[in-house]
This record gives sequence, C-alpha cells and structure tokens, in this order.
Amino acid sequence: MSSHESDPRPLLLGGPALGLRLIVLAAMAAGLMVADHRQHQLAAIRDAIASLAYPIQRSISAPFEVWASIRESFATKTRVEADNVKLAADNLVLRLKLLRFDALEQENQRLRAMRESSPRVVQRSLVAEILQVDLDPFRQRVLVNKGTREGVFRGQAAIDANGIVGQVTRAGPVSAEIILISDPEHAIPVAVNRTGVRSIALGTGRSGLLSLPYLPQNADVIVGDLLVSSGLGGVYPPGYPVAKVTSVVRDPAQPLLAIEAAPLAGLDRDPEILLIWFDNAVVEPPAESELKADAAPQRPAPVPAPVASPAETPTEAPPDTGVDAPAGAAPSPQPPPPGNAP
Amino acid sequence: MMLGTRTNFGWGRVVGLTILALAASVVPLPDAVELLRPDFVALTVLWFCLLSPRLLGLTYAWCAGLALDGFKGVLLGQHALTLTVIAYLASKLRLQVRAFPPLQQSAVILALLWLHEFLLFWLDGVAGHPVTDWRRWLSVPVSAACWPLITALYSRFASRR
Repeated sequence: MSSHESDPRPLLLGGPALGLRLIVLAAMAAGLMVADHRQHQLAAIRDAIASLAYPIQRSISAPFEVWASIRESFATKTRVEADNVKLAADNLVLRLKLLRFDALEQENQRLRAMRESSPRVVQRSLVAEILQVDLDPFRQRVLVNKGTREGVFRGQAAIDANGIVGQVTRAGPVSAEIILISDPEHAIPVAVNRTGVRSIALGTGRSGLLSLPYLPQNADVIVGDLLVSSGLGGVYPPGYPVAKVTSVVRDPAQPLLAIEAAPLAGLDRDPEILLIWFDNAVVEPPAESELKADAAPQRPAPVPAPVASPAETPTEAPPDTGVDAPAGAAPSPQPPPPGNAP
Repeated sequence: MMLGTRTNFGWGRVVGLTILALAASVVPLPDAVELLRPDFVALTVLWFCLLSPRLLGLTYAWCAGLALDGFKGVLLGQHALTLTVIAYLASKLRLQVRAFPPLQQSAVILALLWLHEFLLFWLDGVAGHPVTDWRRWLSVPVSAACWPLITALYSRFASRR
C-alpha cells in the first residue's frame, strides 16, 4: 500500500494523543448518555439531529411508498370490484350500528351527566403517515411524519381503525417516534370487556403478542375475551379495543395466570395511524374506585381484580425513557384496600 | 500524480459515505433478513480508521455514532461511545491489520465488531432496557463476512477519478 506517502497526517496516531482523545470523547459520550437518560435535557440536540435525519429518512421511505402506490393503481378490476362489494356490505353493517349509536350516545351523556363527569371521548384526531424505516429490530417503534408543528406532544395516544396502536415517545418538529403497545418497555392499563377485570398488558417485543402477567389464578378471563383500555393513567382514552386474549394458561404451581393476547390494531401493517386528542380531565382514581365500589354489589361474583403484587409491578414496567403512562399507571389498577373505600 | 489522486478524497466523500451507511442501517428490510443486517456504520468507521486513503480518527467515529443514535432514536451517545472505542483499537492496530491477508483482516474485524456489540449490549443493560435476545449477536458475523465486500466497494469508490 503506497497510500501513506501522500497522507500528510502521521502514519501512527499513537501515543498519548490518541489515548487522551479516547478518554475525552468517551467522557463526552458518557455525559450525553447520562443527560439523555436521567434528565431528558437533550431535546434541542435530539430535535436538531432529527431534523437533519428527517429528509434522509423521508427519501429512504419514498421509493417504498411509490412502489405501494404503483401497485395500488395497477390493482385488477376484479379486485376493485370485490373490494367494492365488501365495502358496501361493511357500510350496511356500520349504518345499522350507527342507528343504535345515536340513541346510545344520548343515553350515555344523560347517565354521565347524572354522575357529574364529562364524557371522555376523542375530540380531535390527526392522520399521520408511518415512515418506512426500520429503527431497531428489538424495539417496536415507528416514525411518523407529524411533529410538534402540528401539535403532536409526548405521551399522545395513537390508534388505528381497529384499536390502540401506542403512544408518542418523542416529538420532533416534523416527525415523532411512537412506541407500539407491543414494545417490551410498554405497558397499557386494560380491562376485560366482559367482566370488567382490570390489569396491565405488557409488550413482548413481538408485534402480534401482548402478555398479562398480573392476574391471579381465579380471575375470570377466557380465550377470546376482548381487552379494552381502562383509561387509568390518562394516556389512553378508556373503552378503546386493545387486544383479544389468545391463550390462558392456568398452572396451579404458579400464583398468577399466564395470559397472552393479540393486539387488534395492525401494528406491523398500518400505513398510517391516528393521533388523538381527548379530554382526560377526569382520570382521578377516586372516581374509578367509587365506580368499582358501586358496581361491586351488582355483580354476583366480583373477582377482586388484579392482585398483582405491588412490589412486582414497578420492576416490570421500568420508569424509563419517557414511557410515563405505564410507569405512572402501574400501581393504580390495584383496587383500593376495602378499608379505604369511600 | 499520486498526490493528485489522494487529495481528491475530500470531506464531501466522507460525509457522502457516512450518510449512505446511515441510510443503509435504517432501510426497511423484510422481517426474515432484518436481523442479519450488517452494521454498516461500524464497518464504515473501521474502514476509515484502517484502510481509507484519508485516515480518520476518533472524532469522526464519535460524530458518526452520534448521528446513528439520532437516526435510530436510541440513547444519545451510546453508539458514539462504542464506535469511538473500536476506532481507537483499530487506529492502534492499523499497521498490523493493513498487512494482513483479507481473511485474517476479517477475523480482526469480527473481534472488533463483537466488542462493539458487547459494549452496546452492556450499555443497554445499564440504561435499563436490556435486549437479551440471542439474535442480536447475529449481525456480528454477518458484518465481518461483509468486510471484504465493503473494502472492495469503498476502495473503488475512493480511487475513482
């Protein structure tokens, strides 16, 4: 190799200079990591890098989007007809549901007015497109093309047509990172729709799988149960579908059930998602526990919902990297001890 | 004349190659091969520290690592630290490694990349979100196997014009 002759720099960057530089740079990197991890102070630096990265990420994503739209526009006539038939059928079903919905909404508002709590429904939504970039294969996160300029904020909930998708972990000026409910660092407070039993669904790192490790052996959960968001923690609006229970393993040797559930939202298929704004003013736990206490006598055999050992919960849902909701919500689903109930 | 060809390798090319490597590390791949994605940024840094006509050092590795952190949305400084460490070792070993035949070079690269991945693994654990899936180590041998290809590609790119 004759390349050294022309290189003006010394051939051996050895000696103390190199070691010193290593130490200085490593210390700088360590400082960055601590600042980023502990204090979340580096929003400005992150935003700067994110803004620089965005055009590149955009241009990576573009060819895949173009290819998808080309395929779409060359879809065969028969497929379009089939789609049309299916959509017409769906439309009919949805219209029928809507007829009932108006009446139910009226009734719901009346009942809520009686309870003096305002309805917590989605008020505004924003369609965001998912960029076709792979972030980290072991974390379930996606990048979308909407940021703080459109009012996106950290901790905002994201849904699709079938259920809850996740929440915003980082909002840059023009893009935002969303943690999916299947990320191993994510936990979402849920309730079994059939019985009202509440628990926490943890992500597993696989897009089609959530796990519910905190329900006792006698909890009333069966395969096929719908899990909806319970609204505790205030990040997700209550009552939105999250997942369907796919397996319940009752091992008598274990104190808790091993439950698996499949998310309803198309976590790995969605081309776009909805970021939502809802009024989460009334999320204080007392109201919930009151509800629980009211409801308890009416149910013949109320299961004392999650008896998750409180000591276990915080370790499983680490208070970390901006996923405030799970960490904050983790202890709350425990029903208050009987003595405390108002 | 030698001088002419060498000085041609300006900052433009350095930045261009780095951006290409960053882009390659987030280009969407099918799920089956996603876990086998070579660590392009680490390979590029090693090439610049070992074989490039324009030798770059630790500061370059640090900057490339920070850019990668921002790109992937992981803890800021994580890749900056790990890439700086392997760049340091590569700079130390430069003269020996340059004289090695390709296969032996790949072995050294394998060791460096393994160290890199181990540091990342360790930092993940320290930061509180460990990834214990064994498949995270798959990319290391794949990257090392890609080394001859990368060097051929880059040196062609470097000597053009």
